[in-house]
Amino acid sequence: MHTTPLALHMTDGLLNAPTALLFGAIALAGIGFSLVKARATLDDRTAPMAGLVAAFVFAAQMINFPVLPGVSGHLLGGALVAILVGPWVGTLCVSIVLVVQSLLFADGGLTMLGANITNMALLGTAASYLVAVALRPLARRNRSGLLVTAFLAGTINTVMASVGFLLEYWIGGAAGFSVAQAVLPMLGIHLLIGIGEGIITALTVGAVAAGRPDLIRLLRATPSSGRPTARGDTESASGTVEGRS
Amino acid sequence: MSAGDGGVLHLPGDSALHRLAPQIKLLAAFGVVLCVVATPRAAFWAFGGFALLLGALAAVARIPPGWLARRLLIELPFVVLALVLPFALGGERTEVAGLALSVPGLLAAWNILAKGTLGLFCSLTLAATTSPRELLLGLQRLRTPTTLIMISSLMLRYVGVVIGEAGRMRLARISRGDSPRFLWQANATARGVGTLFLRCYERGERVHLAMVARGWSGELPEPNEPRQVTRGQEVRNWLLGLSPAATSAVIAGVAVWTS
Repeated sequence: MHTTPLALHMTDGLLNAPTALLFGAIALAGIGFSLVKARATLDDRTAPMAGLVAAFVFAAQMINFPVLPGVSGHLLGGALVAILVGPWVGTLCVSIVLVVQSLLFADGGLTMLGANITNMALLGTAASYLVAVALRPLARRNRSGLLVTAFLAGTINTVMASVGFLLEYWIGGAAGFSVAQAVLPMLGIHLLIGIGEGIITALTVGAVAAGRPDLIRLLRATPSSGRPTARGDTESASGTVEGRS
Repeated sequence: MSAGDGGVLHLPGDSALHRLAPQIKLLAAFGVVLCVVATPRAAFWAFGGFALLLGALAAVARIPPGWLARRLLIELPFVVLALVLPFALGGERTEVAGLALSVPGLLAAWNILAKGTLGLFCSLTLAATTSPRELLLGLQRLRTPTTLIMISSLMLRYVGVVIGEAGRMRLARISRGDSPRFLWQANATARGVGTLFLRCYERGERVHLAMVARGWSGELPEPNEPRQVTRGQEVRNWLLGLSPAATSAVIAGVAVWTS
């Protein structure tokens, strides 16, 4: 049984047309800004690396975990990619996954695409990255610090996406119930889903930290210096490729 | 979503809708759904009109009705929400089959059901008649930045590989005697996700090096698409392709005007 949580992949008709257009414009602006910033940090490796990370997000989103009986959440991955590859490439990857899901898989309404991108790719990723940056000293200290940081970032990611939905609904909701009626159930359910997202984010980051700690962008000295670290990546990659089966 | 082919909804075919240029289809689909959403919920006839229009398009594209009906079930969570609203909302009450239901609640439920279903119907028609490659071509012709197109095309190319890799890792884990249940799945799942990320990232590095070896400089080579359509045909295609959106705009316009 696949049950998609409410704020995620909104269907057409939940928001009125002007609000849908407004958030479409916000999403375009956000993606454009992330694109400029991502280009500045990753050079000619941008497309292949981001393509594979987006494929990873796509695959990871197919993992469902139980939240309540009959309700299952699935990973958004915004916090995960923000910690692993940085906020700009992360935002692009999650946005592309959402666009492809909407256009090729009919998952999430076409007019809600802007709102869905704003919630999950922009707000969710930005909030979780800010949390992660604020906790960076803790994350650098030891492994459990890193896990706690990733857990909180993952939780905030989902909660912030639902806050985004409430904001959009407050501006132009068309489903009949008032925002006041929706706040508690929405935040409650998404806190639960967020804890699931947080646990999976923390364990995933933990697994990456055990194998290739150099890949965790959050832990690097200066997150914006692409070139020198990029070289290091490639060398260590060629080392590990041999070890793989 | 089914794995393997990545679960793409595309139904190969040769109908007029399949042959229509993807950029026209994309714009038309967005136009139709926007009109559906903009229609006042009490204009019941208008939604009937949209349903007829989309039904006619599905018939032109020869999409099997059973295929559509099964895919429309993606909407189920929203149906549950819609069923709760007539009971949960206040306001004027009406008697339906012995139950006192809220009138605003019923209208709101209708609003979500009608618009959500029609929107999904439109998305499914677009997805069924457009292959992933055509879709990217359409987005590219609509002036999407090439970096985004490249990321998307690489993603679509590798998503099947990544999902296959995830399946093999799961199989390997289970065949070694691991069978976690309930919450304990989380640990194994997340370790799997972590490993999957590493494999994706390293594959990305290898793909990049392979691309560099084949002359990659960070720019997509110019596609030399054979142009078989004349100017007049192109104008006709655009007019014909956007006619569903224009029809929807008329329906929505009349509905707004009369309500």
